[in-house]
Amino acid sequence: MEIIIESIPRFLNASWVTIQITALSVFIGFCMAIPLSVIRVSAGKILSLPVYAFTFYFRGTPLLVQIFLIYYGSGQFQEQLQAVGLWHLFQSPWFCAVLSLTLNTAAYSTEIFRGGIQGVPSGEIEAARACGMSGVLLYRRIIIPRAIRIAWPSYTNEVIFLLQASSLVSIITVMDITGVAGEIATRSFAFYETYLFAAGLYLVIVYGVLWLFRRIERRLNAYLSAESA
Amino acid sequence: MLGLEGYGPLLLQGARLTVYVGVSSMAIAIFLGLIGMLCKLSASPVVRFFADIYTTVIRGIPELVLILLVYYGLPTLIQDITAALGYPVDISLNPFAAGVLTIGFIYGAFSTEVFRGAYLAVPRGQVEAARACGMSGPLTFRRILLPQMMRFALPGLGNVWMVLIKATALISVIQLPELMRSADIAAKNTRKPFTFFLAASLIYLGITIISNIVQQWAEKRAERGIRRA
Repeated sequence: MEIIIESIPRFLNASWVTIQITALSVFIGFCMAIPLSVIRVSAGKILSLPVYAFTFYFRGTPLLVQIFLIYYGSGQFQEQLQAVGLWHLFQSPWFCAVLSLTLNTAAYSTEIFRGGIQGVPSGEIEAARACGMSGVLLYRRIIIPRAIRIAWPSYTNEVIFLLQASSLVSIITVMDITGVAGEIATRSFAFYETYLFAAGLYLVIVYGVLWLFRRIERRLNAYLSAESA
Repeated sequence: MLGLEGYGPLLLQGARLTVYVGVSSMAIAIFLGLIGMLCKLSASPVVRFFADIYTTVIRGIPELVLILLVYYGLPTLIQDITAALGYPVDISLNPFAAGVLTIGFIYGAFSTEVFRGAYLAVPRGQVEAARACGMSGPLTFRRILLPQMMRFALPGLGNVWMVLIKATALISVIQLPELMRSADIAAKNTRKPFTFFLAASLIYLGITIISNIVQQWAEKRAERGIRRA
């Protein structure tokens, strides 16, 4: 028990690493997923097929394989990567962790937002067209904001999954919560105490994120609250 | 690439173990899911409370942390308890058993929710009719509820299976020679990590595609008795 109390500062640092990696991947993944989902539903086959292949691959394979493919697999292309000056990036576990989590969440979110876009009532799109909107303006003002609201509950689940999946980065030596727990456990032999404490930390963060996303959801749907409340 | 430098058979063996692990964990998950569902629908608030704890806590903790907790933590916990009682024993878990039990336990929580939804989707009149015909509780469950529930549960169980089979990759962390671990061994020996992790990911993709086809077939079969408007 003393070991846990002694290592609380390290666990707090580690929680910050977990939150940082997750938040960064979620943010970049979101920014990728919105345009990709638009391409997926509205562009021609030449554009939408590669996007489909991307989401299919990243949703159909385990995240651990993706992490290993990027972190260890890049070693096979050392010369080429050195030639373009990117090698030092791929040597960093932190960079590879964020890159693989970002690509993974981008793939899942693209499909979630695709569902959202397809769920936008056609009457709203017709009304926007009747008002003279089309193309980019129609997407920016009507379809995307509505699609995000529709997809938000599923997107919340995806973020929770990613937060938990971020524990895998400890396998490539990133010192997140799981990484620190593993190190303390093997050094002190206090296996169940440290892993239970780590599990508790994840629970706290997971329910914190859930709370935050429910607040955002309420904010997004604030225009409906007059009727529902 | 196709010869995989003689490591092809090793990968295939790993893939076979991955499928074994997946199927065994899924069987446990379905079993626990049915028990969890019965507990969630129980009249006793105490039983309901424990079922709620099971689903909310398990779904909030990363799989990797739980696997490490069970594989490393559980034996030390048991040893500590038995030592405190004056009967010291030496225990270590078999990686296959630890992995299958943990994955089954985690996805049992997810299937509990799937089964609960499916149970609630069966029209109440069906149960009343069965009772009126003189069927007892267990008989009603086996003859009336279970077959109809399965139709509603299949899409959800299919999703659980898809996530579960990818989660089995995590068992490689506790040295079980499944697909991911075999790819890791081959990658280290040949110094071609990209080739082998890509090959492993394609095998996972193949498993996903086959599962998709089986799921569609099963869903169609479960709907044989349903008349479409």
